[in-house]
Amino acid sequence: MLKDITLGQYFPGDTVAHRLDPRTKILLVVLYIVALFCADSLLAYGILALVLAVCVRVSRVGLKALVRGLKPVVFIIVFTGILNLFFTPGDQALVEWGFLRITTVGARNALFMVLRIMLLIMGTFLMTYTTSPISLTDGLERLLNWMKRLHVPVHELAMIMSIALRFIPTLIEETDKIMSAQKARGADFESGSIIQKAKALIPILVPLFVSAIRRAEELATAMECRCYHGGEGRTKLHVLQYAGRDYAALAMGAVITVGIIALR
Amino acid sequence: MKDAIIETKDLSFSYPADEGEEPALVLKGVDLAVEKGSFVVVLGHNGSGKSTLAKTFNGILLPGGGRVYVAGMDTSDEDLLLAIRSTVGMVFQNPDNQIVANVVEEDVAFGPENLGVPSPEIRKRVDGALAAVGMGEFARHAPHLLSGGQKQRIAIAGVLAMEPECIVLDEATAMLDPVGRREVLSAVHKLNREKGITVVLITHHMNEAEDADRVVVMDDGRIAMDGTPREIFTQVDQLRSMGLTVPDTVDLLDRLRKDGFDVPLTALTVEECADAVYGAMAK
Amino acid sequence: MEPILQVQHLTHTYSVGTPFQRSAVEDMSFDVYDGEFLGIIGHTGSGKSTLIQHLNGLLKPTSGQILLHGRDIWAEPKKIRDVRFQVGLVFQYPEYQLFEETVYKDIAFGPINQGKTGEELDRCVREAARLVGIRDDQLDKSPFELSGGQKRRVALAGVMAMEPDVLVLDEPTAGLDPAGRENLMANIRDYHRNKKRTIILVSHSMDEIAQNVDRILVLKSAHVLMSGTPAEVFARADELLSAGLDVPQVTRIAMKLRERGLAIDPAVYTVEALERELLALRGGETVC
Repeated sequence: MLKDITLGQYFPGDTVAHRLDPRTKILLVVLYIVALFCADSLLAYGILALVLAVCVRVSRVGLKALVRGLKPVVFIIVFTGILNLFFTPGDQALVEWGFLRITTVGARNALFMVLRIMLLIMGTFLMTYTTSPISLTDGLERLLNWMKRLHVPVHELAMIMSIALRFIPTLIEETDKIMSAQKARGADFESGSIIQKAKALIPILVPLFVSAIRRAEELATAMECRCYHGGEGRTKLHVLQYAGRDYAALAMGAVITVGIIALR
Repeated sequence: MKDAIIETKDLSFSYPADEGEEPALVLKGVDLAVEKGSFVVVLGHNGSGKSTLAKTFNGILLPGGGRVYVAGMDTSDEDLLLAIRSTVGMVFQNPDNQIVANVVEEDVAFGPENLGVPSPEIRKRVDGALAAVGMGEFARHAPHLLSGGQKQRIAIAGVLAMEPECIVLDEATAMLDPVGRREVLSAVHKLNREKGITVVLITHHMNEAEDADRVVVMDDGRIAMDGTPREIFTQVDQLRSMGLTVPDTVDLLDRLRKDGFDVPLTALTVEECADAVYGAMAK
Repeated sequence: MEPILQVQHLTHTYSVGTPFQRSAVEDMSFDVYDGEFLGIIGHTGSGKSTLIQHLNGLLKPTSGQILLHGRDIWAEPKKIRDVRFQVGLVFQYPEYQLFEETVYKDIAFGPINQGKTGEELDRCVREAARLVGIRDDQLDKSPFELSGGQKRRVALAGVMAMEPDVLVLDEPTAGLDPAGRENLMANIRDYHRNKKRTIILVSHSMDEIAQNVDRILVLKSAHVLMSGTPAEVFARADELLSAGLDVPQVTRIAMKLRERGLAIDPAVYTVEALERELLALRGGETVC
């Protein structure tokens, strides 16, 4: 069950989408989001969907994996859709049934809203699927480097983030294991009132917490042993460097975004 | 004696105690010199002080009394810490808790990155280190999907990329299955043989000591025995009294001697043991 | 002897319908007899962990059945918890499941879930603690204050206290030193002797299996490779070795001696037995 969570997952590969500088990909996602929020016609959404489709194709990330990423948010998508569908005021009624009234504007809004959320999520996931968490945090660190002057601990935050991402699968696996162990002792997580259910989580949360602390201590020691002493004087295996393809990708992104805005 | 890479002088150590309690000494005056290029196994039961001793070897724990020198550098000197830790690398017990990055090669690069090694040089070191532990083809893999033995080999590569003179494995095989244990052991033996890297292996698995140059047995915070595997394993009774077992080969030979067979106690491996027994039977 | 657990054509497939689809257990069938001490051995990835999680209904078979006392454990899925009380499963490194304020309360978690109360509960907890060598004065301590080996014992007691008919132990001695291993195995043997209950011991260590169990089940890539008494299994040492599995060191010595022409029983797998064989051989020669 927990294994379905795809957040922060990375599918290694060697396509153009993988090789783009992480900073480029972050900026492209930002541009894509801007474009999504500016899009207000079927044509615009069509173009943006096509852009995503091309990127998916280029990255060779299976569409299935991308759709699976939508699973946890299906509820939100459906909810927003329904909300927009039924509660958008408008003159032209498409269907009327009792107090339920679907207007043309409502149908349009609902469709656009659902498309917007789905494309936004899939676009963001495409970035995390094709960018190793390390280079992603690396990219963020570099993009936000100017904030160091404002005494924001950018390096430390980036390190915290990459370690958190590194340990997500480990902790998920551990949670599964502890749950099985407690179930083997007759723990019951399914039945009972909400309070009983919350209480039933204690046998999972306490061991998880204890183990997370132990892991943190051991990791800190291991990092010290490997000469970690903060961001000072640190070099990188992969030095971020914009290449021709990055400029090309950014230019294309900018053109598409401007185009979408112009379509309004 | 040749150059010592690690040297402890009258080393004592105690962990901070609860309020009102006397801190108990975990190390009680350890004098040990690890010769450059040697393969040393430190044996001892849980609580004998062997792991604490290991952690003083690169300044993770500082001596409560006495001194520890790494290639002549005093581990208490904070200015030398980076030099000390890149000279003596450590691999710990739990493979999951020492891997920092989501991609194998990025994890191996972590040490040299911290040392400020230039990028092209890091690349070379990472590739070299992964090849040396036979994990080259996994460079772009996610570490959490690897087996325990593979994860530990990644950890060894991570240490290797700092180009250390010595690697200390602090019970690094304890959580592995027999296959993983063999993988790790053959990797460190190869590093010792081919690159001349000093290896200190802390363990409670007796059979891991068979191929060592030297075996040091810790008991109650002191060095109880020190010698070649043959010298150590023939002390059957003393080992048992310290909560350690002897390999079945030695156990068998010990029993046969008491039965009046003319066999040596020094035949450690299965092959040698069979030869010795056969020889005695043929007489 | 009566079979207490029967595994019939058990198959378990992970990630059905994805590229990651693989069977961890495939068409496995075997019986576990009442009161026996069964050892299961196999590499990581041989299907051991998947198999044992079926025995108490933590995993549901993709196909096939598990019968407990002759009844399919999934006949009434709502009563699967009762199965978990009858087949107690102790996971690898079980000390990480401790969570209560005191050792006593932690051991009592299972029995309380079972519905035990009052004197019966107290008896179960204290008896289980005694069986694994936890002293009375340790019962009121926090489990987190204990040493690693003692934590492991508390976790073991937590399952023993449910008084299961079958106790399944996954690598109970992993990571312990030789003395700790031998102590814990002695506790487990005592439990088996006193309670006369079935034990299934999963282990990587051929030596540990050889010294403790009545019967061995060898798993290899999702299948049962062989089963029999230790003497029967180790007599087929060649097959085990070619399947990439270990055999006890003594068996290997015996093999080498046979290669050199000594008439040693192939079924020898303990130091004592090999010593006896050699003594008998020498005795025989002097008579000649």
